[in-house]
Amino acid sequence: MEFFQPSSLREALELRADHPEAVPIAGGTDLMVELNFGRRRPGAILDISRLPELQRIGREGDRVVLGPGVPYARIIRELPDQVALVQAARTVGSPQIRNRGTVGGNLGTASPAGDALPALAVYDAEVVLASTSGSRRLSWRDFLVGPKRNALAPDELIVSVEWTAPRGPGSFSKVGTRNAMVIAIAGMGLQLDESSRSLRLAMGSVGPTILRAPEAETFGAGVLDEAGAWSNPGAAVSATALARFGELAAAAARPIDDVRGTAAYRRHACAVLARRALAWALDDRRLRAA
Amino acid sequence: MLVRLNVNGEWREAEAWPGASLLSMLRDDLGLWGSKNGCEQGECGSCSVWFDRELVCACLVLAAQADGRHVETVESLAAAGSLHPVQRAFLDAGAVQCGFCTPGLEVAVADLLQRDPDPTEETIREALSGNLCRCTGYQKILDAVHLAADRMEQGTP
Repeated sequence: MEFFQPSSLREALELRADHPEAVPIAGGTDLMVELNFGRRRPGAILDISRLPELQRIGREGDRVVLGPGVPYARIIRELPDQVALVQAARTVGSPQIRNRGTVGGNLGTASPAGDALPALAVYDAEVVLASTSGSRRLSWRDFLVGPKRNALAPDELIVSVEWTAPRGPGSFSKVGTRNAMVIAIAGMGLQLDESSRSLRLAMGSVGPTILRAPEAETFGAGVLDEAGAWSNPGAAVSATALARFGELAAAAARPIDDVRGTAAYRRHACAVLARRALAWALDDRRLRAA
Repeated sequence: MLVRLNVNGEWREAEAWPGASLLSMLRDDLGLWGSKNGCEQGECGSCSVWFDRELVCACLVLAAQADGRHVETVESLAAAGSLHPVQRAFLDAGAVQCGFCTPGLEVAVADLLQRDPDPTEETIREALSGNLCRCTGYQKILDAVHLAADRMEQGTP
């Protein structure tokens, strides 16, 4: 096994081009488990944890730019207004894991249970990929192509994740057996966008990859329209409408039975999480307006 | 490959397999057995160390990634020859039973008290959520954290 430790992105991309078999490692919280248990023996490892280019974090105008190498602990500290992502980051593993794990790792592993991914999906985030021959920009949807499969070419690295900062409340919630060290049985991201008067809902761990729930989104935005809640945050939204929103979310799930839960339980969890997420968002708007 | 790193204030080096973890280097090559090998997947926290001053699981860091970096292990806590207040509090509160999780917990508690000398119960539970103990039921560990925090605040050992 070879080991490469570049100190710049350019050097890393050249190594990646010359050694497509080299597996990138940053925080190591996924890859090290596979190495420790002998499940994976790559021909080479490419340490991308020393590339300053992957450590960017912050706002550029109305865009949020997040380097794939920024650990979750820094996201929590430095992007406090990206509430859905911060809430997702807070549920990742444990303090030890959050000091190492990165959004780049969630994208690279492309597990449907990656906690950051529903947040990226409700932001309609773009993933920027680079190789020695240039760079390209994919929507999260085109990047995550299936369970543990993504669109990254063997000579590419993820160099940035970017989205337009939403205006409105957002959240992430998940169901698991305890608060820490849990792989989600179901995960839910919700984002309201006051500018476009729209709502976005994304679910993790309940399908082959992250799923948006377009019917629930349209219905939810329509409910706020009918209640006049977009312009008047105090306007009441009926419990029946919230329940229907949850049902539509559950209907968009494509869950399976596995060791962590049954498909039926996951579908039920989606309905509950989506209903609660919308109720929280409405409460949040009421509190802000008050 | 040769890996050279600063452990507990001293530069050390060893030949490491490129896929080896920092934990295996500490234990197998450098003879530092305080960090325990519990799960090798970041679940149990028994190998908690400071990596460039951040609390991490040594099993999830590649030894090669630690080249040129600073690591502090549980052995650094009692480096002066006397127990660290956190270690003393674990003994006095009865927070040690089989002892396997103890080094990782002590490092995690010392890390917490460096950042927050007077943590709430909720903060303590959150800070220790990455460390498993199968003996104590955790209550004595929480007692030990409060005891250590009180003593460190008063400057008593």
